[in-house]
Amino acid sequence: MAETILHAKRPEGIVADWSSDQRAFKRISWGKAMMWIFLLSDTFVFSIFLLGYMSARNSTQSEWPDTDKVFSLHVGGVELPLLLIAIMTFILISSSGTMAMAVRCGYARARRPTAALMALTALLGASFVGMQAFEWAKLISEGVRPWSNPFGAPQFGASFFMITGFHGTHVSFGVLFLIIIAAKIWRGEFDRPGRTWLKSGAGDYEAVEIMGLYWHFVDLVWVFIFAFFYLW
Amino acid sequence: MADITDHHATATATHAEGQQHPLRLYLLVWGLLFVLSAMSYMVDYVGLQGLMRWSLIVIFMLLKAGLIMAVFMHMAWERLALVYTILLPPLAVLVFLAIMTVESDYTFLTRAAAFASP
Repeated sequence: MAETILHAKRPEGIVADWSSDQRAFKRISWGKAMMWIFLLSDTFVFSIFLLGYMSARNSTQSEWPDTDKVFSLHVGGVELPLLLIAIMTFILISSSGTMAMAVRCGYARARRPTAALMALTALLGASFVGMQAFEWAKLISEGVRPWSNPFGAPQFGASFFMITGFHGTHVSFGVLFLIIIAAKIWRGEFDRPGRTWLKSGAGDYEAVEIMGLYWHFVDLVWVFIFAFFYLW
Repeated sequence: MADITDHHATATATHAEGQQHPLRLYLLVWGLLFVLSAMSYMVDYVGLQGLMRWSLIVIFMLLKAGLIMAVFMHMAWERLALVYTILLPPLAVLVFLAIMTVESDYTFLTRAAAFASP
């Protein structure tokens, strides 16, 4: 027992943690550890999508479409490059901020602020998905298909739909789970005793943090998509 | 038995103090993320090209990713056993990146040699 405490206080206890019996991730609940491991696997999925996009773009003989022009918006007679994408980026960062605040309120056991902030996060996430749907509709109406497009290299469409589609799906599922957890918190289910699939007892708000991990990850993936797909 | 109860006690104790961090830190990171996003958008808006463009895009991207992971996802306060488990495996992607860079160059040259258009 004394050993466990000793290791917990030493950062270099990583070898001790991993070589110990029963659990490697000490002081971390299984729910949080599992979410992190799921996110690690998701990291590989998105990495491989981005690598596939890089390979397609690197190996094509035709000119890659200019994202500045493809994703521009006309506002008041001026053509602004990547405007919608920039707005989407800011919306997702805002939602990440509100989610971080929700996690903080959750650990302070502030029931209604936690639920409200999660609902706001879900709303921002939903508006992100809405803009993505607008973007898809715009590009499809302009003739972009997974196998061809009027702007340049035909591989552009496949990369675009695959990467943004998979990311948008992640956001959509995040919104769904945010709403479920926010509703449960608002109704006070997290303050009642007893174990459910989301809590181990009264006042156990860790599910908010685990939800937050997923949500921040979705934002994290967008950072990479924004840099490599839209800006590059 | 005593071990289990104790373990549980430590777990709940860390829970209570848990991931509670100053509000100012969150707001600072939030603000920084906005600034960094604006700056990476400016790289495109101003129309920087070449090495300057790519290096700035990657620097802003890595800074944003680092801030999100360290503060919003609380990685800075987790035990090293978890941090290494999550951060080391993705390095394998860099190997794959190197392989695919060589491979796609080869495909590019083959297409050029065969006069294929797509």
